[in-house]
Amino acid sequence: MRVAPPPDKDLISVTSRQFTLLCLLPLAIFTLAFLALPLVRLFLGSGAGETGWGIYLTILRTPRYLSTLAQTVGVSLAVTVAALAISTTAALFLVRNRFPGRDTLLAVLTLPLAFPGVVVGFMIILLGGRQGLVNQLLPGHVVFAYSIFGLFLGYLYFSIPRVLLTVMAAAEKIDPALEEAARSLGAPPHRIVIDVLLPALGPAMIAAGAIAFATAMGAFGTAFTLATDIDVLPMVIYTEFTLSANFAMASALSILLGLVTWGILLIGRSLSGGTVAAGG
Amino acid sequence: MLKSPAKLLQLLVTLLACAFLFVPTVQSVLAGVTANYFRGLSSGLTLKWIGEVWTLYSASIFLSIWIALACLVVTLIIGVPAAYALARNPGRLSRVLEEFISLPLAVPGLALALALLQLYGGYTEFRTSWAFILVGHVLYTLPFMLRAVLAVLAAIDLKTLEEGAASLGAGPARRFVDVVVPNALPGILAGALTVVTLSIGEFNLTWMLQTPFTKTLPVGLADSYASMRLEIASAYTLVFFVMIVPLLVAMQWATARAQRILQ
Repeated sequence: MRVAPPPDKDLISVTSRQFTLLCLLPLAIFTLAFLALPLVRLFLGSGAGETGWGIYLTILRTPRYLSTLAQTVGVSLAVTVAALAISTTAALFLVRNRFPGRDTLLAVLTLPLAFPGVVVGFMIILLGGRQGLVNQLLPGHVVFAYSIFGLFLGYLYFSIPRVLLTVMAAAEKIDPALEEAARSLGAPPHRIVIDVLLPALGPAMIAAGAIAFATAMGAFGTAFTLATDIDVLPMVIYTEFTLSANFAMASALSILLGLVTWGILLIGRSLSGGTVAAGG
Repeated sequence: MLKSPAKLLQLLVTLLACAFLFVPTVQSVLAGVTANYFRGLSSGLTLKWIGEVWTLYSASIFLSIWIALACLVVTLIIGVPAAYALARNPGRLSRVLEEFISLPLAVPGLALALALLQLYGGYTEFRTSWAFILVGHVLYTLPFMLRAVLAVLAAIDLKTLEEGAASLGAGPARRFVDVVVPNALPGILAGALTVVTLSIGEFNLTWMLQTPFTKTLPVGLADSYASMRLEIASAYTLVFFVMIVPLLVAMQWATARAQRILQ
């Protein structure tokens, strides 16, 4: 019986290598043309205004931009804390208990994952707008949709599902024996939460918190629907670009915002390991 | 089940969160089919508003579907081969490249849109065509496709499979089509459903990139929230829900399936 000669290893590896490069080519062209070059252009554009690169100093010296920055960070932090508290509680409850209707609750809690920011804004208008539910049910004129509280609720609306999914994935991996051991040793419930559950969920909570914070910082759709009178960073960028035609300032603020959200996510990931990000 | 007050509190928080997310959704669905929302359901149910949405906005709905499908084709062509190349060469350079491509997940869409506008805004023909919006959508959804496929390819023993095919005389292109793609299918499916779902709902980039001739569904939604009566805005939102919710369910199913296969 004749044995076929083994294929020439070098020949295969050379053609494989060329094929691999060919596989990367469409990605390389697209990324260069529509990501790398535009970002470079954005950065150069930020320095092309009257003040040149001093524009970044101007941001730090202009009270309006500073208060915008503070307000954006403030509302994003509040949303992060609230979403973590609510979603972690719900995640633990849903992981620990099996009951009829559990899957329905889970489906309801993850439904908004696919809602764009504008739709989330509309949901808040339906709750707290002039024709909203609260205004109809409560006596007096209760309209909160267009206030900073309405914005907070809107950001909370799209943050809850994201945080929930990340924390639930981690909660499912906790060994119930740990908790039982703590309980059998006489630990009261709050000690179990502090000493067993939170350390085990810590990395997932950091990752989820980072995602919630970064998403809230950059959320444009919801702010566009609700924050006509509120200065948050994405809205200020939008008005600088469209109404004031101050392209350099819009670019500089965009660069600043992008660096903040990217940095937060990077820190969150390095503290926690992997991430789950979805939607915008 | 509810033995302790702590459990009761947990249940209460979970139910309140559900109510917060679900009540406005139900309101919007009801408002979309109620004759007069201000007078309530007693004014009767109607499909009149859905009809008005159709006459006013059907073009935006079809444009969104068209762009989502085009976006799917482009992300498949770019993403699947690239995921293969990255999976074959797992190294520092691949990680840096993957990180850079994933930038649109971390940088707000508004910033990316401004970047695209400043570089390409002057090319009027491109700027006013739907292809300009397509570019934005591909930019935003490509990382999802790439990661979904990469996750599957990284979990299977690609090298052994390929060596087997190579020893039978299959060239690299043949191996890609006959070995790599079939094995990556669960990831491709999950990625594809994610891409379509995200593209149909994309607003942050699209609002900046759109022109009066290239209005997508979410852009139309924003327009109706600002200028139409509540019933029409709600009916339009209802149409959007009918499109996006089955996609979301399918996407979650496909993603869970791909993850099960990996384990």
